[in-house]
Amino acid sequence: MKPVLQVLNLLVTYYTDAGRAKALDDVSLTLNAGEKLGLVGESGSGKSTMALAMMRMIKPPGRIEGGQVIVDGTELTKLSDEEMLKARLSKIAYIPQGAMNSLNPVLRIGRQMVDAIKAHDDEASRRTIEERCMEALESVDLKRSVFKMYPHELSGGMKQRVCIAIGILLNPKVIIADEPTSALDVVTQRQVMETIDRVQEQLGAAVILIGHDMGLMAQFVDKVAVMYAGRLAEVSIVRDMFTDPKHPYAQALIRSLPSLENKGVFQGIPGLAPSLLRIPSGCAFHPRCPYRMDVCTTVRPELETLSNGRQVACHLYTEGLTDAGANGIQERHQSVYARPAVKDIDNRT
Amino acid sequence: MSIKKVLQRLGFLLLVIWAASTITFFIPRLSSRNPIRERFAELARTGGFSPADLEIIIAAYSAKFGIDRPLLEQYASYMGSIARFDLGISLHKYPKTVWELIMEALPWTIGLLLVTTILSFVIGNLLGAVAAWPRSPGWLRAFATPFVLLQGVPPVLLGVLLLFFIGFRLKLLPLGGAYSIGRVPQWDWPSFLDLLKHQILPAVSLIFGSMGAWVLSMRGMGVTIQGEDYVNFAEHKGLSGYTIFKDYYLRNALLPQVTGFALALGTVFTSAIVAEQIFSLPGVGSVLNDAIRANDFMVIYGIVLFITITVASLMVLVELIYPLLDPRIRH
Amino acid sequence: MATIAFPQPEVRQPSRATLVLRYLRRNKSLSVGLLILLFLVAFTVIGLLTINPKEAYPLAVRAKQPPSVTYPFGTDFFGRNLYAAMVIGMWQTALIGVLAGGLGTLIGVVLGFTSAYFGGILDATVKGICQILTPIPIFLIQVVIAGSIDRRSVTIYTMALIVVLLAWMGPTLVIRSQVLSMKERQFVSVAKLSGVGDMGIIFGEILPNLLPFIAASFVTQVFVSVYASFYLAVVGLGPLREPLLGNIIWGAQLQGAFFNGWWWWPITPAVAMVLILGSLALVNMGLDELANPRVRRSE
Repeated sequence: MKPVLQVLNLLVTYYTDAGRAKALDDVSLTLNAGEKLGLVGESGSGKSTMALAMMRMIKPPGRIEGGQVIVDGTELTKLSDEEMLKARLSKIAYIPQGAMNSLNPVLRIGRQMVDAIKAHDDEASRRTIEERCMEALESVDLKRSVFKMYPHELSGGMKQRVCIAIGILLNPKVIIADEPTSALDVVTQRQVMETIDRVQEQLGAAVILIGHDMGLMAQFVDKVAVMYAGRLAEVSIVRDMFTDPKHPYAQALIRSLPSLENKGVFQGIPGLAPSLLRIPSGCAFHPRCPYRMDVCTTVRPELETLSNGRQVACHLYTEGLTDAGANGIQERHQSVYARPAVKDIDNRT
Repeated sequence: MSIKKVLQRLGFLLLVIWAASTITFFIPRLSSRNPIRERFAELARTGGFSPADLEIIIAAYSAKFGIDRPLLEQYASYMGSIARFDLGISLHKYPKTVWELIMEALPWTIGLLLVTTILSFVIGNLLGAVAAWPRSPGWLRAFATPFVLLQGVPPVLLGVLLLFFIGFRLKLLPLGGAYSIGRVPQWDWPSFLDLLKHQILPAVSLIFGSMGAWVLSMRGMGVTIQGEDYVNFAEHKGLSGYTIFKDYYLRNALLPQVTGFALALGTVFTSAIVAEQIFSLPGVGSVLNDAIRANDFMVIYGIVLFITITVASLMVLVELIYPLLDPRIRH
Repeated sequence: MATIAFPQPEVRQPSRATLVLRYLRRNKSLSVGLLILLFLVAFTVIGLLTINPKEAYPLAVRAKQPPSVTYPFGTDFFGRNLYAAMVIGMWQTALIGVLAGGLGTLIGVVLGFTSAYFGGILDATVKGICQILTPIPIFLIQVVIAGSIDRRSVTIYTMALIVVLLAWMGPTLVIRSQVLSMKERQFVSVAKLSGVGDMGIIFGEILPNLLPFIAASFVTQVFVSVYASFYLAVVGLGPLREPLLGNIIWGAQLQGAFFNGWWWWPITPAVAMVLILGSLALVNMGLDELANPRVRRSE
């Protein structure tokens, strides 16, 4: 299948007072039409930067310093600023994180939708534009009357639906949803996710779902990409990721999830997420990794495709180890993780 | 907005007027000065009545102004007179009433204030909004900085400096007054131009003196609004910079400024009063200045009360208009 | 916690002084404001050591002399050496500012604190009074008060009192809202639950956190007080005998200084006042930026 989204070696740096922060460090990603990818990671791992970079919305002191974003054959990173304005929403759309405040409080919903269409198509008549807005509202299960309402008259879930309706107004090829359910209650969360699911199927668009709710991810996405310190650690289809994670960080992440079987025992990940100003040398995860090797502290692992098609950036799988060997190591790891964290440190020092 | 809310605000206005009247009634009575005695003592020095005559005249006037009655009775009749817009009689320009003096001077003050207040609000807010907008050209953003620095400088001081450089050194504009000395004002062009020439420096100093505060607060507000999700989402929608600036950014950033405008009205009047003094302009301020110089208490209290009531009423008016601008308050 | 065990890449932590300097370089309004203030203080202190204070009052020197070596700022119509008058005037302005500003802040802290902390009728009263007084132009009330006092008995101290009489509202409201929000925060609830008394919470928990706001309030109040006393003096309600900067301008205006060509008379106090108020405003802006980094400008 022809990929609808290609991200190649994307590099984003923030220039802060305290120094240079590499928010995205050589990230590559490919997505086919109709595919749904979940992007997970701790706060500050670069998920949102990734979304902003794809929209070319990185603001100073941040800068896209290299790499390409190609949507449906168009290289966004080569477009002029004017052309990029047109590409937003029509090629690649963004559904915002803080839906509660994402709508302008002093304008009616309709006006905000019409604005969006008019910015891309100044020839359409007022009636056709309005009709398109109404249809978009209906496709996210909102009444046509919402068109004439103000944001404060809507509930949180309705506002989020309006944002989705705006996102699909121009039939984009790629939809990025940045934690679209973070401020909503569980029932509304599910309804909103189902809405995204349905409109995505109708449009046949690729969806990137950003978030840290792994449970939600497991239900809605096809593939999961795990980010750590501005780099991709692992990309796998959702079943593999949850049953057999490869990267030690992904393993720790999955293990930290509560499940029906292991009630009460929660495994945190020892250590703190690194500051982007001081990313550890070699593999960024090595200070927290239970099976750090010498090579991990010096050589940065690349995202390699394993024989079974999964992508992992870890020396455990590249330094001449076979899949079987890696699995063997993994069993050992599980016993390492089973010990209390403090002892864990003692063993290593 | 409901009728109840409107009535509530009007009730509040009455409360403010009551408080201001009470303050202007009681504070003077706390001091030991007897304005009428002072006034006639002054007249006696210049005019020369005998002290005996003086006592009789003072007694007569005290009775007329009601100063010899019990305090509470005085208070009641004072409040009554305010309700009738009766602010008393000038001691210095007797028999003119305070109300007459104010009405004669008011057009001058309103003319100057209306123009300068509106201009400084509009220019200041636009400049502040542009200064905070990250995509404005650098020179425009730098342009705002000097005005921010003016923020702490009272218009009066600006007036003194302008008088020195433009009036005194360059001799471009007159040093004060409403007309050139010797001109008899008429309803013709030369008179009008002459009048305009005399208003330029006061207007410029009032505009620039009060603009800085708007630039500064709008710039701060602008930075906040820029961080709002809806401005961000508007960019994600691919809207043009102009649309985002006008409808998403400026419109929202202006809302608190309107409230700020209402709160600044007191300062606006104060600045105008002091500016009229520095530029020797006719107006309510110069009437107040004359009154201070002549110890004409009735006029001082009358003007203070008049301006307070005006400012409070305008504030309530702005508050009543505000819901038209912000749909969130309408319901 | 576990990361401690691992060697972190070496990072040099700059010293405190370097950090302060670095911050000042970025916060331009704070540093420029402080610099001007420092200059003004130096001017006043050196001036106080070198002038003859008597020359700041009428009939001390030859009148109406333009600036010269003997009289760097000239002399005025009343025979005051304007240099001496400026030094004394600056000192008096500072005195009024600090006295009234300090007193206003103190009243504000106490009132705002008690009303927010204990709530109830006290809070309702304080809030109500502030609400009713807000629409009344403070300057005009000060005019009424100053106008009712016998002009000859007005001193620098009565001036400060007149100013402070209505200048407590600002800090009261600021402190009140801060305490209200702090009361709800967790560290206070924790202290309450662990049995710390009211006094302990006020002095041990809330007050230390309020200090930055009190400092900012103080600078604002000094600014407001200097501003207000200047306005009162300019319209002729100041202590007429004293060479307060506003008084000098008032006198110059009364005698038509510009019309008569004595330009130096109003100019020097005006420039001095611009510097004083300007620097206070800059410091104020700078502190605002320090306390509220969101306002910080993207450069």
